[in-house]
Amino acid sequence: MSREAGQVRTAGRNREQLPVPRAEFRSYYGRPVLKPPVWEWKIPAYFFTGGLSAGCALLAAGADLTGRPALRRSARLGSLGGVLASTVLLIADLGRPARFHHMLRVAKPTSPMSVGTWILAAYGPASGMAAVAELVPPGLRDTRPGRLLRAAARPAGLSAAALAPGLASYTAVLLAQTAVPAWHEARRELPFVYTGSAAASGGGLAMLLTPVAEAGPARRLAIAGTIGEITASRVIDRRPGLAGETYRTGRAHLLRRSAEILNIAGIAGAATLARRSRAGAAAAGLVLLAGSIMQRLGTFQAGVASTKDPKYVVVPQRERLAASADGGR
Amino acid sequence: MTHGHSLFGPLADPAADAGHLQHPPRVGFFTDTSVCIGCKACEVACKEWNNVPEDGLNLLGMSFDNTGMLGASSWRHVAFIEQERPLGGQDAGLRELPTGPSSTGETAHTVAEALHQAERSGGDLGTAPVELGFPSFELPGAAPGDHHRTEFRWLMASDVCKHCTHAGCLDVCPTGALFRTEFGTVVVQQDICNGCGYCVSGCPYGVIDRRPGDGRAWKCTLCYDRLRGDLEPACAKACPTKSIQFGPLDELRERAGRRLGELHDAGVAEARLYGHDPGDGVGGDGAFFLLLDEPEVYGLPPDPVVPTRDLAAAWRYAGMAAGVLVAAALSAFARGGRR
Repeated sequence: MSREAGQVRTAGRNREQLPVPRAEFRSYYGRPVLKPPVWEWKIPAYFFTGGLSAGCALLAAGADLTGRPALRRSARLGSLGGVLASTVLLIADLGRPARFHHMLRVAKPTSPMSVGTWILAAYGPASGMAAVAELVPPGLRDTRPGRLLRAAARPAGLSAAALAPGLASYTAVLLAQTAVPAWHEARRELPFVYTGSAAASGGGLAMLLTPVAEAGPARRLAIAGTIGEITASRVIDRRPGLAGETYRTGRAHLLRRSAEILNIAGIAGAATLARRSRAGAAAAGLVLLAGSIMQRLGTFQAGVASTKDPKYVVVPQRERLAASADGGR
Repeated sequence: MTHGHSLFGPLADPAADAGHLQHPPRVGFFTDTSVCIGCKACEVACKEWNNVPEDGLNLLGMSFDNTGMLGASSWRHVAFIEQERPLGGQDAGLRELPTGPSSTGETAHTVAEALHQAERSGGDLGTAPVELGFPSFELPGAAPGDHHRTEFRWLMASDVCKHCTHAGCLDVCPTGALFRTEFGTVVVQQDICNGCGYCVSGCPYGVIDRRPGDGRAWKCTLCYDRLRGDLEPACAKACPTKSIQFGPLDELRERAGRRLGELHDAGVAEARLYGHDPGDGVGGDGAFFLLLDEPEVYGLPPDPVVPTRDLAAAWRYAGMAAGVLVAAALSAFARGGRR
């Protein structure tokens, strides 16, 4: 192998034995081609709180329509809590937080962040109005403002629920619509991971806050969501090529592995203990919430890792060029 | 607005696509790296004109490159690559150096191996004269004439924002701070940017970045202010060898094609254009290059694609996932009846 300064050549192991040599690649002093994301923990944390809020909004609307007041109350409050936390996290992550309202200058369909901003702008007030109606003290219920608020709660809650699937899934498009190899390549699976995670965390929080008798839908939604999340993230793990590698190795792997363990434990708890005891339901709910956090951090971390090594950029692009050259372009 | 093919593929007039009705021709850079001498006048001129702050005074150990890569405070970056290229039995002298041509990650290993073979395991360094391997006091290849050419080759290239036809940074910017100018270039409006950081991950070339302490995203503006004053960008103005050429993009592409033909005729078979093709993954670059090796050797991605190409597909999958979520919620309530 000739040495060429300024270029790091990296060869796969056992390259002599393979019939087709594994891709060697060259780079500029091993420096990354892409910039690592400037987002820190606040953005994956927002993915969690936003998904949590969306899952709660769906449960709140269902509870409202099927006459489950306790579930409705906890889910509406969870929805508001989630969206408030989301707003704080999103603004705090900006380089210029005081300019957060510049997000509202334009509505831009090519920017999932702009789409998400408008989803949040519509969802937040709806979720808030439904939750505030739950907080009216009994003494004020029959006053005129109290009656008005309670009358507005159902349409508000239903609008929030209508927007919730968008809120739960757009964050996956936000990640996919980047040049970050691990996120862009997982654009098919990420939405399912993220909506599954939203359902799991929303259901988990409702299990934590609601009496067992009314929490049936929360348990079922949590179980269905978690199964979806585990399945979709397994599909990502099995993705061939280098993009999948970032999910299977390093910190991302540890985080996603712990997410899976927590999720399986959460499903087991939700299906058994949570049906019998309040404490069991709370424990299962907490485990599911933790699983959702780990999942968000894990997928985020995989993307960061894929920008830090030029291999994840150069090798797949080289293979693509070679394939199109072979195809007799 | 987003319609037709304006998100991907060849696009004749990006300025018109962005809504500029009357506009000057699209301009850009053609950076001919075969005549770059690595003087970094472009880096200096850019910093001076645009008042770009210091980005760290480092010694990076990457040949003469102490800038590293493009970033929020480096809008031009000159890459230096040292290579050994066999020219037929001649000796660059670099092979004899214990560390090889330049310090890389392999240095320690190579040094250790070479010292092991040395007479006193390298213990005579600093005591006795050591053969450094240079054939003379001259810089390699400094003297004129074919017989002075050596196997040593130094590639230099001034990198810059590509001002893509389909710009990933521009597509994802949620505030409208990034915009397409009447010249077809891509510029950040610093009074609008709120530092969301989306553009940083949207760029397939790793150009734009958020400036620490400032919080906003910065990159080359192709000297938008100078263009509006009918001046060429500072880097092109300062370039002493016309490695950086500024002009209407059509003209530059034509000129680049001619230059490539000249080099090929002269036997420089490895010369190639990069970013000139409107059919590539970003619809062609506004700033394109003539390179003498693979793009990745210069730190450039070999086949960049604007992430927006797959936007519709990503939304389709998100729609499916959202549908599944709704179905799951409905069945969660349907199955249990009132319990």
